Amino acid sequence: MGLEVDDLRVFYRTLRGDVQAVDGVTFGVADGEIMGLAGESGCGKSSLGNSLVYLTGRMRYVGGGVKLDGAALPIWDFEAMNEYRYREISVIPQYAMSALNPTRKIGRMTSELLHSRGVAYKSVVNELLRRFELVGLSEDVLAMYPIELSGGMKQRTVMVISTLLDPSLLIADEITSALDVSSQRAVAELLVEFRDRGFVKSTIVITHDISVLYQVADTILVMYAGHLAEKAPADVIINSPCHPYTKLLISSLPEIGVRYSEKQLVGIPGTPPALLDPPQGCRFKDRCPLASAKCNRRPPFVDFDSGHQVACWEVAA
Amino acid sequence: MLRYLLRKLLIYALTFVVAVTIDWSIPHLMPGNPVLTLMGRIQIQDPRVAQHVYASYMRSFNLDLPLWKQYYYFWVSLLHGDLGTSILQFPAPVSSIILHAVPYTLGLLIPATLLSWYVGNKLGALAARRKVLDNTLLPFGYLLTATPYMWLAILMSFVFAVTLQWLPVGFAYDPTAGRGWSLAFGYDLFRHWLLPFLSLFLVACGGWAIGMRNLIIYELESDYAHYLESLGAPRKLVRKYAFRNALLPQITGLALALGAVIAGALVTEIVFSYPGLGYQIYRAITNEDYFVIQGIFLFIIVGVLIANFVVDIVYMIVDPRTRIGMQEGGQA
Amino acid sequence: MSVPGRMSVSTATKDVAADVAVALPAPVEERPASGLRETLYFAARNKKLVFGLAVTLSMLAIAIVGPYIARHPPLEYGGQLSVPPTTRDGYWLGTTLLGQDVFAQFVTGVRMAFVVGALGGGIAAIIGMVVGFTAGYRGGIVDELLNMVTNVVLVIPTFALLLVIAAYLQVRGIMTEAIFIGLTSWPWAARAVRAQTFSLTSRDFVSLARLSGESSWKIIFKEIAPNMSSYLFMMFILLFGGAILIAATLDFIGLGPSNTISLGMMMQLSVQNAALQLHLWWWFLPPGLAIMLIVGSLYVMNVGLDEVFNPRLRSM
Repeated sequence: MGLEVDDLRVFYRTLRGDVQAVDGVTFGVADGEIMGLAGESGCGKSSLGNSLVYLTGRMRYVGGGVKLDGAALPIWDFEAMNEYRYREISVIPQYAMSALNPTRKIGRMTSELLHSRGVAYKSVVNELLRRFELVGLSEDVLAMYPIELSGGMKQRTVMVISTLLDPSLLIADEITSALDVSSQRAVAELLVEFRDRGFVKSTIVITHDISVLYQVADTILVMYAGHLAEKAPADVIINSPCHPYTKLLISSLPEIGVRYSEKQLVGIPGTPPALLDPPQGCRFKDRCPLASAKCNRRPPFVDFDSGHQVACWEVAA
Repeated sequence: MLRYLLRKLLIYALTFVVAVTIDWSIPHLMPGNPVLTLMGRIQIQDPRVAQHVYASYMRSFNLDLPLWKQYYYFWVSLLHGDLGTSILQFPAPVSSIILHAVPYTLGLLIPATLLSWYVGNKLGALAARRKVLDNTLLPFGYLLTATPYMWLAILMSFVFAVTLQWLPVGFAYDPTAGRGWSLAFGYDLFRHWLLPFLSLFLVACGGWAIGMRNLIIYELESDYAHYLESLGAPRKLVRKYAFRNALLPQITGLALALGAVIAGALVTEIVFSYPGLGYQIYRAITNEDYFVIQGIFLFIIVGVLIANFVVDIVYMIVDPRTRIGMQEGGQA
Repeated sequence: MSVPGRMSVSTATKDVAADVAVALPAPVEERPASGLRETLYFAARNKKLVFGLAVTLSMLAIAIVGPYIARHPPLEYGGQLSVPPTTRDGYWLGTTLLGQDVFAQFVTGVRMAFVVGALGGGIAAIIGMVVGFTAGYRGGIVDELLNMVTNVVLVIPTFALLLVIAAYLQVRGIMTEAIFIGLTSWPWAARAVRAQTFSLTSRDFVSLARLSGESSWKIIFKEIAPNMSSYLFMMFILLFGGAILIAATLDFIGLGPSNTISLGMMMQLSVQNAALQLHLWWWFLPPGLAIMLIVGSLYVMNVGLDEVFNPRLRSM
């Protein structure tokens, strides 16, 4: 069970053409798995995560299939997806700080939201308070307006509200980006806590910060320019990555305790390709040290080892 | 919270002082003797009346006193409610002219302002919902808000009163019928009130509708709207929140628009010879009745300041952000 | 944007909206890299802009050319009384109760409307920009002071103020009227400019200019204003339309220019002379219609401009 994504393609329609943000993506997230989705800004990870819940204005579903717990998700149909939203799939958005209606008290907003989804507030309020306590919020929060809460408190409130109905799949989009380091750790650990207590089954954690993923993710999926590069258990990605992009990404991370005089930071020269008219074949070939003629054909995302998939001609087959 | 109100009160008090000062200083800033200038403009046949008028001007201007004392006495008489005497309607005191006219003006203003605000906002919200409605309502709304108040009044009077003769052409009630508190009189009042009210109402509606439509579109794109939608909340709930939040700037807009609606009411009264402040102002201007003009000006100022203050209080009650002490003034 | 005194006309900015509570165009984004050609492409395709501009330009043409082709001076009592529109003698819009040429009055009035709009709106725009830029850029005590001044002028029902001032002045010209209107309509423009300046001042390119030692006014002119140019232009258009409406109201009450005729005055005279009861529709219908067309097309044009300058608002 869990999530199965098969050759998903979601583009953004613009006047100049289609931006191929998610271009043929295939992966799975099992029950109880926390999968990190990592990549640079603009690689399509947020688009991928969001397309599973809510296709925004410019996004167009182009092809591919998504299954959750065996049932096909009609992500192209806004109305039909409503059945699944909040109950089966939920999201902690990137803009969690401003996701709460500023002119409504938290408690009232939550009860109105639940009521509109056919859930009696009374039946869940106790659980709501228990979870508030779990994340370190007092029950007074229910009587407060968002402006009275700090950024971290708002983040945690949104986390609780989003997972209140125990969704099967949770998508956490850049939830640590706006926080300081100690809050980042607290919030990341909460994700694990939620999984361990069975509040959510599968989780996709979208971030550009791999160090966070190392703390909490079971597996990491690396995305580059709309394509998948590599998927493997977290420690494998960090310690023994295979895809050239992943390798360069990991090695460009600063290590604690290492001085600049001893080891210089190495970046990845060049910039990601524009997704409006992307190059043929492997999209990393222009920056890849291992590139060759065969890279003009797009490498398939295949099994390299058990639980480890890579899309690169040099590595696999 | 208290600081917010006190700050507003300070501004209003300051505004009042500035307005009164400007009002007082205008005659003195003009070249020549203000009393002689004013006397020179009016045509009074009866020498005894002219004498009275001259005396009342002299009393009110106190030209033999030093300038600051003149200013001081101006305030004194103001606070005693003495706004001078009308020349046209001599010897009626200005304050009584105003008091008789005010009910009619308020009778037009208050229903027109409140109703147009309510209906306009609802229509704007409706337009934001459906593309079809939007395409028809929006241009209509722009045309309405670009229509000068007096012209719509003229149109409505011409079509419904003069041509179709469904409603009376002017005045507040039929002067030939009796004035008592009866149903018939009430109905008569209503018939005379309807056209001026409608013309005020329609123009104001247009503005509110357009504003609301834009504000709602903005709210529907906000983060909290997206969040609710991604959690599967029905459109109705999102729209409800968007509407409530879009109303807030519209409340403040009410105070700002007041000046325009008052101007609109004044000219509408002129078209319909409706005996409110507008009508009096018109007669005063046409006949150089200076004290009436001045008195109505001061009265309008006070009214607007009070209305602004009321709106500030309402806004404060309705918007939690102000209550919890958002920064005032420096807020972008 | 809102019109001074009238209600919201265009899209809203949240922050300013909460405080000022009038709707303003969408917040300024950095200038698009594509520049002029792309803007013109979208401009030509925007129906509101094209239509609004067409009507405005037509009325402007009437304003410029009209008085030259009118056969009679507008204030001359030459013709027969109360004649409906006819082709005889060039009384194309008929005559007034007193035998004046309505067409001549009409075209003169349209010209006056444009003059008052440009001057009154222009003055208000300039004052509003000066106050707004200074307050927004300097911040601090300067901002507080200017804010207080703005609030005071904002609250005063300027119409009432103009009543008193204009009533006392015996001889009034169109210039005086325009100056009055300009001097009293600037507050909301100042507020809008201030809000935008605040948000732009905090951006990096301004900090950079400050660091390199540029003088304040240079920074405002070279860095901030150009990024707001579309916003300022739209603001001017709204002030233009608003000035025309205010002038019409003043004229109607009898405070119009004493040496010429205007659209508001035409309506005043017609009502005064019982044109309604006498069914002299050619006297009172055209002036108001002209105002509605000019101001309405300006507003519609403005909305179109907003869509062109702010890509967010463009529907696919």
